[in-house]
Amino acid sequence: MDLQTVWFVAVAVLWTGFLLLEGFDFGVAALLPVIGRKPADRHLMLRSIGPLWDGNEVWLITAVGAVFAAFPGWYATWLPALYLPFVLVLFGLIIRAVAFEWRHSHHTAQWDSTWTNVITTGSLIAALGIGAALGGTTLGLPVDGDGVRVGGAFAGVTWSALLGGIAVLGYSMVHGAVFLALKTEGPVRLAARAFARRWSPVAALPLLAWAGLVHLREGTTVTALLWLVAALAVLVTWVSTRLDREGPAFTAWAVVMLASAATIFGAVHPVVVVSSIDPAFDVTLAEASVSDYTLTVMTWVAGFGLPVVLGYQAWTYWVFRKRLTADPETPHTAAGEPVNA
Amino acid sequence: MDVLDVARWQFGITTVYHFMMVPLTIGLGILLVVMHTMWVRTGNPEWLRMTRFWGRIYLINFVLGVATGLVQEFQFGLAWSEYSRFVGDVFGSLLALEALLAFFLESTFLGLWIFGWGRIPKKVHLAALWAAVIGSIVSAYFIIAANSWMQHPVGVVTDDATGRPEQVDFLAVLTNNTALAAFSHAIVGALMVAAALLVGIGLWHLRKRRLAGLSPEDVDHAVWRRSVRIGGWASLIAFVLVAVTGDYQAKLMYQQQPLKMSSAEALCESEAPAPFSVFAFGKLGSNECDDVHSWTVPALLSFLAHGDFSSEVPGVNELQEEYAAAYGATYPDDPSFGDKAGEPIDYAPLLAVTYWNFRLMIGMGMVSAGVGAYALWATRRGRVPTSRIGVYGSLLAVGAPFVANASGWIFTEMGRQPFVVYPNPDVPREDQVYFFTAQAVSPGISAAEVWTSLIALTVVYGALAVVELWLIVNFVRRGVTTSDGSPTPGHTPDGDPDADVTPGSASTRRPDDDDVLSFAY
Repeated sequence: MDLQTVWFVAVAVLWTGFLLLEGFDFGVAALLPVIGRKPADRHLMLRSIGPLWDGNEVWLITAVGAVFAAFPGWYATWLPALYLPFVLVLFGLIIRAVAFEWRHSHHTAQWDSTWTNVITTGSLIAALGIGAALGGTTLGLPVDGDGVRVGGAFAGVTWSALLGGIAVLGYSMVHGAVFLALKTEGPVRLAARAFARRWSPVAALPLLAWAGLVHLREGTTVTALLWLVAALAVLVTWVSTRLDREGPAFTAWAVVMLASAATIFGAVHPVVVVSSIDPAFDVTLAEASVSDYTLTVMTWVAGFGLPVVLGYQAWTYWVFRKRLTADPETPHTAAGEPVNA
Repeated sequence: MDVLDVARWQFGITTVYHFMMVPLTIGLGILLVVMHTMWVRTGNPEWLRMTRFWGRIYLINFVLGVATGLVQEFQFGLAWSEYSRFVGDVFGSLLALEALLAFFLESTFLGLWIFGWGRIPKKVHLAALWAAVIGSIVSAYFIIAANSWMQHPVGVVTDDATGRPEQVDFLAVLTNNTALAAFSHAIVGALMVAAALLVGIGLWHLRKRRLAGLSPEDVDHAVWRRSVRIGGWASLIAFVLVAVTGDYQAKLMYQQQPLKMSSAEALCESEAPAPFSVFAFGKLGSNECDDVHSWTVPALLSFLAHGDFSSEVPGVNELQEEYAAAYGATYPDDPSFGDKAGEPIDYAPLLAVTYWNFRLMIGMGMVSAGVGAYALWATRRGRVPTSRIGVYGSLLAVGAPFVANASGWIFTEMGRQPFVVYPNPDVPREDQVYFFTAQAVSPGISAAEVWTSLIALTVVYGALAVVELWLIVNFVRRGVTTSDGSPTPGHTPDGDPDADVTPGSASTRRPDDDDVLSFAY
């Protein structure tokens, strides 16, 4: 594999990691009004993602940073083509981040419910918007041969962008539910199980459709197989939720994203921005990439840095591995249950 | 205004706003590490309360810094896509490495610190804070290295095929002398921000307690007193370092961007020895150097620029001509320059902006150091100041280093116009890499789009600033003691927070345990 492909894979891994990790905290936030009927339940749900969401969001920052670092031609075509949608995503991410911290910085019921709603709203916007952006770049954006958007401010908001948005949001909501079923105890756990049982097959459809469309455009046998794995994983998730097997459900649902993302990035390679105007305007890896020297330097640094990052982030997950209960007096570590109990 | 102007305003507003949070995060992080380490080493309850109190402010501020920092990473692509294409081989990798090596460290370990009280061993918990704060300092280094490369591009050659810089020496980019100077200056500047906060809030609480007749023997008194003493010393030490690093930076700037420094001094004609301008009057706004007159100190500028009292310092008028000869008197008549195509180039940055921001930076830094000295004097040998002017003045002066930090950046960023990547004079003319701001903006976007985002972001930022200030003020007023005057909840008398999160202790906990010093949600 040449370095450009190595970095394409790295970028794909970062985006997939982001969708997997931030996916469940987007999902938990989106489920707050659905599952969290009582303030104590919502509090519990927020505590389940409290120590993790900020670290998860760094996957997004690193993914965007890696796109800029390795493929500035991708970065500089993709972002301005979706100027206002990206600003909206930033808006969602900003209000969501401050709401997490500010919600518990003052104590009235009104304050609490306001910022809880802000967390939900911000997460919905961010999940939809980031999905739309990824959908756009892999299915088609209206860019010309110079990588400049054609057709006005909202030309980038096409059906493919909408599909991507719904796919990421739908995936995240079920992801949040299987996460909550695994991480909590009591009514939230039961409600999360019920949600996953009912919605997992439906919520996967837009994601499968997106991956399928990218595959149909430029796919290979490998991406066809990956797509089948994703579809099969949906089935396994559904069966697991019916059997109330939370560990397998969570794992299988993670496989849904891993396989779908692999299908999408595998099929679109070596194109990074698909032009909906003319395939000749597609931005390819080679056009978008930085020099081999810069890629080499980054490969060395990331080669040493990334394993360390993965190590300590995994360790944090391990520290906060215990199930949470709605009783705020009980500390995380008090229950003493194994993770998959 | 055309797209270029709106996009510049947007970048300026969002970046200056972001940089209100950043120095406080860095500076307070460093002081917090000291407090927490002292607590773990001594077990002294006042250190614990200081850690908790200042830690809470740190977190309220941190999250807004993170949130507004997101905009930074995206807007290079959103509004400045041609810039991003041009600098891609160097600039993007610094941002990516910042995220990989610094942001992960910062966010992950801060989450561990917030939620780890009593759940992980004390020393591991302390190490988590160290890791998070080291993360923020490392991130500052990467982003300043990126910025300094724009001020003084090193480690690159021009790629003949694309005309863009191609990186050939990553180590040179990382060890750019501009970056080393700017980084050290920014870190000690950040320390001044945090120090001023400790002094202002500490003095206010000390005075309030004394007027209320509260005992100077209890732990709260010790918390505020120690905060003031630490803040005062940090302020003075940081000020000395700010001056030393600033002087080094200014000398570098005279070599690398002489127009920026001469504009900052409103020095029109080259002079030997050159005087230092203390105060300027006349029509600075006209950007015609000769309309400006100032009160000066003879030969001081020669000393600041070159370390002696006789060297010549080049003036704006002469430098203008030099730059026009080297880089053209007009912009190329090319559509990539937008409205500026074919227009004459003004190589001098806006005189009023550079001149006054430079003075504001220095002046506010002096005010801040003065307040630090006052605080140390007023609290010497256990004294508590009751002077209304002194204490409220110190509280007001919390803003001074914020202004100094912001004006310093406005000076250095506006001062490099009309270039976004400034030509490096150490390199032969034909090998120089440079880029005009006028050609950096994204070609496909409309002014209406940028106006929309500019207005939306400004409104949101304004609202968030109001909430943040309100939260911090509210929190500060409550202090480290609960409203009924009893010790802070969540702590056993010997100040150990670990004790009350063990199972079965629920009955001994207070109902408003979330109140003043809790971290977790």
